[in-house]
Amino acid sequence: MINDTLQNRRYIIAVVISAVVLIYIVRLFTIQILDDKYKEGAESNAFLYKTQYPPRGLIYDRNEKLLVYNKPAYDIMLIMREIENLDTLSLCKDLNITREYFAQRLIEIKDRKKNKGYSSYTPQVFMTQLSAEDIATMQQFIYKYRGFYIQNRTLREYSYPAAAHLLGSIGEVSPRMIAQDSYYKQGDYAGRDGIEYTYEKQLRGEKGVEILLRDAKGRIKGRYEDGKKDLAPKIGSNLKLTIDIQLQMLGEKLMDGKMGSIVAIEPATGEILSLVSNPTFDPSILVGRQRSENYRKLVNDPMKPLLNRATQAQYSPGSTFKPLQALICLQMGGITEKSYFPCGGKGSLPISCTHFHGSPVSLLNAIEQSCNPFFWGAFRSSLEKNGYGNENVNFREAYTAWSEGLKRFGLGKRFPDSDLYEQGRGYVPDTSFYDRSYLKKTAWRSLTIRSLAIGQGEILVTPLQLANVAASIANEGYYITPHINRSDSMRQRIHSVGVDKKHFQIVKEGMERVSTFGTGRYAHIPGIALCGKTGTVENNHGKDHSLYIGFAPKDDPKIAVAVVVENAGFGATWAAPIASLLIEQYLTGKIERTWMLEHMLNTVLNPHAKRY
Amino acid sequence: MQNVTKIKFALDWLTVAYYLILVTMGWFSIYGASYDLENSTSIFDFSQRAGKQFIWILTALGIGGMLLLVEHRMYNLFAYVVYGASILLLIATIFLAPDIKGSRSWLVLGPVSFQPAELAKVATSLTLAKIMSAYNYKLRSIKDMMPLLLVIFIPFALIVLQKETGSALVFAAFFLVFYREGMSGLILLLGMLAVVLFVVVIRFGEVAIFGGQGSLGMILAMGIILILELIYISFFRKHVKEALWLLGGITIICLLCWGLNLAGLSLNYNYVAICLTLASCLYCLAIQVLLRHKAYWLIALFAAVFVMFSFSSGYLFNKVLQPHQQMRIKVLLNMEDDPAGVGYNVNQSKIAIGSGGLYGKGFLNGTQTKLKYVPEQDTDFIFCTVGEEHGFVGSFLVLLIYWLFLMRILTLAERQREAFSRVYAYCVASIFFFHLLVNIGMVVGLIPVIGIPLPFFSYGGSSLWGFTILLFILLRLDAARMETMR
Repeated sequence: MINDTLQNRRYIIAVVISAVVLIYIVRLFTIQILDDKYKEGAESNAFLYKTQYPPRGLIYDRNEKLLVYNKPAYDIMLIMREIENLDTLSLCKDLNITREYFAQRLIEIKDRKKNKGYSSYTPQVFMTQLSAEDIATMQQFIYKYRGFYIQNRTLREYSYPAAAHLLGSIGEVSPRMIAQDSYYKQGDYAGRDGIEYTYEKQLRGEKGVEILLRDAKGRIKGRYEDGKKDLAPKIGSNLKLTIDIQLQMLGEKLMDGKMGSIVAIEPATGEILSLVSNPTFDPSILVGRQRSENYRKLVNDPMKPLLNRATQAQYSPGSTFKPLQALICLQMGGITEKSYFPCGGKGSLPISCTHFHGSPVSLLNAIEQSCNPFFWGAFRSSLEKNGYGNENVNFREAYTAWSEGLKRFGLGKRFPDSDLYEQGRGYVPDTSFYDRSYLKKTAWRSLTIRSLAIGQGEILVTPLQLANVAASIANEGYYITPHINRSDSMRQRIHSVGVDKKHFQIVKEGMERVSTFGTGRYAHIPGIALCGKTGTVENNHGKDHSLYIGFAPKDDPKIAVAVVVENAGFGATWAAPIASLLIEQYLTGKIERTWMLEHMLNTVLNPHAKRY
Repeated sequence: MQNVTKIKFALDWLTVAYYLILVTMGWFSIYGASYDLENSTSIFDFSQRAGKQFIWILTALGIGGMLLLVEHRMYNLFAYVVYGASILLLIATIFLAPDIKGSRSWLVLGPVSFQPAELAKVATSLTLAKIMSAYNYKLRSIKDMMPLLLVIFIPFALIVLQKETGSALVFAAFFLVFYREGMSGLILLLGMLAVVLFVVVIRFGEVAIFGGQGSLGMILAMGIILILELIYISFFRKHVKEALWLLGGITIICLLCWGLNLAGLSLNYNYVAICLTLASCLYCLAIQVLLRHKAYWLIALFAAVFVMFSFSSGYLFNKVLQPHQQMRIKVLLNMEDDPAGVGYNVNQSKIAIGSGGLYGKGFLNGTQTKLKYVPEQDTDFIFCTVGEEHGFVGSFLVLLIYWLFLMRILTLAERQREAFSRVYAYCVASIFFFHLLVNIGMVVGLIPVIGIPLPFFSYGGSSLWGFTILLFILLRLDAARMETMR
């Protein structure tokens, strides 16, 4: 036999094992038979965790006007296991629902495919987001129906029926959001778009929990340890926006009956003063029980009212591109302030001119009169400054410098450091794009891409980007990322546009002349030095789009604006006056040109562009 | 055929019977735990967990049967191969396994998922058995233990990397085997002392005494070390004089500090206690050098090591353990009440068991375990169902059967003629014992929450297969004991 002394250790091991088993048996004896604490546990044995929803943060405009607040709402909850002797007929009468609806809801709740967390022991949402009026009568009766109870929640309420796209809305969390953030539980609500989405974490606060004790039959026996372990909900933080709600409402009224958008920015801070997109809707229609029905209506409308045209729609900039073109060409050295190009009017080649003026034209006059041949000449001489070179290498280099110049102004991409969630990219073609379309590196020249000279062709911008271009010109060389949360940190996001300050003076002057002698003189505001540029953009959806960018006053600009009115015709007829009215209101606090205001307000250009 | 008859004859049917009883009870408990009163399903409904467990049981029996047919020398012969393969599998798992609740320990093959850690337990047991049964191998010194420690450490570390700390801890069970095979019992005692000191330092670490000048935890820990020194010197070495000198010195210094404190001098008593204990080390070293008494340097070493250990316990707890692990320990030590988090599980589990009373609420009548508030109610917390539905009588019976089962394995172990089989049997016993210790301890709130299954009870094919393989290899080796005699 091997090692006899060690053999005795088997007894020690056996004793250890036996001791542990004995200790556990004693422990079981204690908790199962001796200890009264757990005996009571048999009577009041389970906790009911009642979620306490915090009110969401409030939203104010830049002048401290309350935009979004909360009103109480109620959910009717249901615990299947606790239903006893239910008088369905009477319940349906009290809840004001049909028996069919009742039966269908029960089937939906029990369907584990749709309702993954279903358990007959845990609270399920039976009816959701009822108003205080709805609940008032139900409150008296609900006690009769065991298993049903009322849970408090809050719903959004809006002071003004405006700014729907910007504010966004709140909806039930999707399974994906639950998977990504353990904070959310099935049936919770969260910001789904707009700032409600971007600032969800700030606005939502923190859920609390009330711990209640239940007995084996599910009756509530009171609060656990008198509520000492309850967790109070934390109210969401408030948010102050850069929006001026009065300006926003004026913008929405001006755009009524038209398709399009307005973006107004304060150039010195990058703060968005208004962000209008039409067709639009009253934000309150996406709240509560009517949400899903209204949402379906909005989604199915061919005019796409849910699209935030101000930040997501993409257009060719047309002539509003010309001040930017001038700046880039000046910076590249393709032209100087003293450059002249001939203009042959309608007969000009390769691009005709749509306006009547003398020839040759100076830069100042070209901006004023929106002369196409001038900008073709400027574009061409910038790109061909060093000739084409072997394999077009010089030309390609110049083109890249040109397109990079546009990107520095924020074109061709989203503003990555902005707090706007819904943004279109726009498009600035680079050399590889043309290499692909023309199949060869040497197959395309300035002539083939001449549309770019006047802002047509492949280039696409969003109204937000256009407004930012206007703001950059107003600032003479830099912009602050457009944003809607009024905070210091957002104001620090400064970007230089890479054009020397000295080039801006002449472009600004040209833009001022637009409003005094040029294409935008109809939109002139008496007593205010308005710099602007109109645009009339060809497109394949019908009449030309009417575009305008501008800022005022010329020295120390306070507001920069971009306006797009889809399929409306000339830039000067619609976009320019709308922009000028908005600027007048913002700078002077009133509108003296009432005839123009009346005209703009009362014109319906597109009968389908209705407001929900 | 003759082989089969021989095995049938030599097989230890009593163990098989215990196994079958436990597995069946487990199966019914799983049915009870996942039973839904409204949509009640049959125990054989294969879309439900009980039905699936039935399939696992049948396949486990098949595997067990096959293992019995393997020539018993193969287990010895292929021990290293199996070990190597399981290590490779563990490494592969780290990279291949999908993230399931934060751990990467499951290999998913179509509808079946498998935890290679289960296989590693078997492989490690076989390998330890092979090393320790080598001709001329004796476990006497630390040096002899080195290869054994390495064999345990590799799978342990790999499983920790898979974020399955619970399963990794099971490998500590093998120290019981080492003890049986000759490792000094002192090591087990020192291990226990480490746990005690850790608990004392953590539990009472934030309790201030002497007007905020010291923490009760640290001073108690130092006290324990000094008392152990005194006991050892006076009772085991019988050097009463030296012990009295030490005691006197300690008393004088304590009085001195007290006096200084009264005189208005503020002292950090934690450091006083630590310095005092370290001074006792120097005292022991002095005895060793001056009086040439044997082994006093070991006492000094013991004291120094445990002073350092106590000193770093706080750091270990706060920095090495993850927040959820800290919370589990705090809840167990009543330092934190967390009814919504960790404490909730344990509380619910205790209420469920406690509400069972003497006879329980009856099969399928438990409400607590069906409230779906305790997660893992059919895996790690399966014992709740037993406690609630069958009361003290039922849970006593289950523990009794486990006890009989473990005692039977010890009997099997001691009746082996070959060291290989004996060591392997002890490995099996230790693993089952560890699982029982931790799982039941956790459910009744005596041990922090460590997620390891209750053998044969917890739902899951992987663990059932693992435990079955572990046991049936032992049964096969045991069935061959008569052959090896010849």
